[in-house]
Amino acid sequence: MGPVQLSTTVVSSQGFRDRLKEAYGADISLCYQCGKCSAGCPAAFAMEHTVRQIIRMVQAGLIQEALHTYSIWACAGCETCSSRCPRQVDPAKVMEALRIEAKNQGLVSDQEADLFHDLFLQSVQSNGRLHEVGLMARFNILSRQIFKDAIHAPGLLSQGKLSILPHKNQNPDAVARIFANVKKKRGGNK
Amino acid sequence: MKRIGVFVCHCGTNIANTVDCAKVAETAKDFPGVVFACDYKYMCAEPGQVMIQEAIREHNLDGYVVAACSPRMHEPTFRKCAERAGMNPYMVEQVNIREQCSWVHADKTKGTDKSIDITRMGVAKVAQNEPLFSTTIPVTKRALVIGAGIAGIQAAIDIADAGYPVTLLDREHSMGGKMAQVDKTFPTLDCSACILTPKMVEAAQHPNIEIVTYAEVQAVDGFVGNFDVTIRKKARYVDVDKCTGCGLCSEKCPKKVASEFEMNLGTRKAIYVPFPQAVPNKPVIDAKNCRFLVEGKCGVCKKVCPTGAVDFEQKDELIVERFGSIVVATGFEQFDISKYEEYGAGRIPDVITGLHLERLMNASGPTMGKIKRPSDGKVPEKIVFIKCVGSRDEAKGRSYCSRACCMYVAKHATLIKEKIPTSKSYIFYMDVRTAGKNYEEFYTRAQNEYDAQYVRGRVSKIFQVGDKLIVRGEDSLLGRPVEIEADLVVLAAGMDPQQDAKDLARTLGISYDQHGWFTEAHPKLRPVETHTAGIFLAGACQGPKDIPDSVAQASAAAVKAAGLLSKKELTAEAQTARCDEAYCSGCGLCVSICPYKAIELKRISERVHGGTRERQVSSVNQGLCQGCGACSVACPSSAMNLKGFSNDQILAEVDALCQR
Repeated sequence: MGPVQLSTTVVSSQGFRDRLKEAYGADISLCYQCGKCSAGCPAAFAMEHTVRQIIRMVQAGLIQEALHTYSIWACAGCETCSSRCPRQVDPAKVMEALRIEAKNQGLVSDQEADLFHDLFLQSVQSNGRLHEVGLMARFNILSRQIFKDAIHAPGLLSQGKLSILPHKNQNPDAVARIFANVKKKRGGNK
Repeated sequence: MKRIGVFVCHCGTNIANTVDCAKVAETAKDFPGVVFACDYKYMCAEPGQVMIQEAIREHNLDGYVVAACSPRMHEPTFRKCAERAGMNPYMVEQVNIREQCSWVHADKTKGTDKSIDITRMGVAKVAQNEPLFSTTIPVTKRALVIGAGIAGIQAAIDIADAGYPVTLLDREHSMGGKMAQVDKTFPTLDCSACILTPKMVEAAQHPNIEIVTYAEVQAVDGFVGNFDVTIRKKARYVDVDKCTGCGLCSEKCPKKVASEFEMNLGTRKAIYVPFPQAVPNKPVIDAKNCRFLVEGKCGVCKKVCPTGAVDFEQKDELIVERFGSIVVATGFEQFDISKYEEYGAGRIPDVITGLHLERLMNASGPTMGKIKRPSDGKVPEKIVFIKCVGSRDEAKGRSYCSRACCMYVAKHATLIKEKIPTSKSYIFYMDVRTAGKNYEEFYTRAQNEYDAQYVRGRVSKIFQVGDKLIVRGEDSLLGRPVEIEADLVVLAAGMDPQQDAKDLARTLGISYDQHGWFTEAHPKLRPVETHTAGIFLAGACQGPKDIPDSVAQASAAAVKAAGLLSKKELTAEAQTARCDEAYCSGCGLCVSICPYKAIELKRISERVHGGTRERQVSSVNQGLCQGCGACSVACPSSAMNLKGFSNDQILAEVDALCQR
């Protein structure tokens, strides 16, 4: 791997950074690389590049590399990073934006995480809130690991922590409107 | 027998942690002559001083010893304290049981024993003390400011405004210093000349300021209040009084050479003013490049000058003037980038320094403000800045941070983007240091609004491929080597002391650090003073500084200088040398060793065996003597003694130490 041709990568990736800023409201030029985001990240142990490194890749114009990482999918979206960021870069939003970009470009590096994201939203869309048992069952079937975590099911069910049938939201129309709005705004396939 | 008091200070826990102060005081009561001893938490504080004064009256003390911190810190405090109680201030000895005692020992028993020894020595010495009286010396109410950059100009104006005459001296032809070469100033981006040149004119027109340019300080004699300064006025070959500054001579001069003011990016004539707003706006002939002075041919300037001001016969002139105080404001030099072989500096024409870029951006510069690369005049699109060139690099002997580079690089990146909107700046840095009002905001604006790409890392090498410069470094945040194809590389060269700063320091008798920056008397409490009374520091001669800091310090130095001049007379040192003529053999060793030229040989006549005999002895000028003691150590016959530090007193201390 030769040296990064910074003058080329930075200039050619300017459009991408502009899009991050305009479409997602994430201005990575504000980041001064203090690392506070990565230091507080509860998922950092599972990432091959920390949030700070991902942002630095985008700053240096290494977009494809950033989009290919597993890190953006390991991100739990807990927003600890964003609430602590001293420059209001909103790293969680950057991670989210990168996930959307990766998906749009067909670069999803972690199919399971992608599947989970999709099923999660489908469940919310159809029920107005999350149906845990349904999500788990569909996820396990579609990811071909039917008995994953099944050992915990009897205990959780018997204590009423899980319910077989979904609880419906009172106002399904409102939820449908939110999804429609988001689709219209993003124009993507998510 | 003298009645002596002993006061042991705890200095909070500084001393008391490692020294049993009560035991020291208790033991001291048995020392010969001691009639009173006590300890207290803070002797230097008001209650402590009151305690001392009460003890002086109550026990009728003739002298006292304070066992506390360094006399450098509080000797004046305790002397004044004695004076207020009606005791001669020189009957006080302060012994140091802190710096080299409590601070360096961990064992309390050892620390206490050492403190007792030190105190015993002090008691033995004070038993030998004699009251001393200081004399007064008159003050010459004039100040000299060396260096007419922004710091020197500000100091001169402030002293002059306080009502004292000032001579403002510069070795260049014009005032202005480095700031005159700068295009714009951070963080306000106002034009450097627009804020500097009115100051230059103000100084030049001030009734209390005399401007002497193209002159250097050759020697300094005398002492605070009365410095006799020998100034060498270099030959300009132009009679300043006759010259009207019409500029005809420069226009007609056939000889063109590279202009130092334009960082060799432009040319000037052999008879020239360095820049259009120069003050004084009178030309000088550069003797090395003048055809007439070198070959004896030409002389066009002399022929065309309408007032006959050109004078090839002019010689250097030496003048001696007396000043009460001196402000040193000799500034800095830009670091010589050719020391960085790996950056091709001096070899690759498109690797330039910050000061070069200032000239390229300046509207009255060699390119009329158009940024063009020196090699082919092309407008650069990709510009790489490298910070800390000649700063924070111990391998190059520059351990310090030059303080201004981070900001001037941010300024350059901002201005370049404004002048060339399609350009892109890449800035290699180690740390970004923007400690100043509105500085950080300026730097983030360069990043966010002016699109400067900051890359953390130090560039390893630069080489040419075609007409591009390949800059190779590591983005240490990315953890990967990076390369940039650049059109122009600007090295943020740091600040060096003036090459001859050490010579000037020796001439003035002030101290300097290992790099050649002049050192202040105390980094926190006396930041504009030197160890030599009456000599003050302003601006970057003391260490790297930006313009706001230089100006602030210049005003501070001016207040110090004017405060000195405002005194009717100065109190001379009381602890001076004294020659016992009976022992003096007139060898003159002390005369040559005295750094203040305070000792002379004189002839005395004395009666020996009924006849009169003449012989030579040393005589000390009490006004000049600073009490350094060099003479008393040099004297082979022990005739020289320092008042307050006589041989007898020191031997008494040694005896006291041996008694244990």
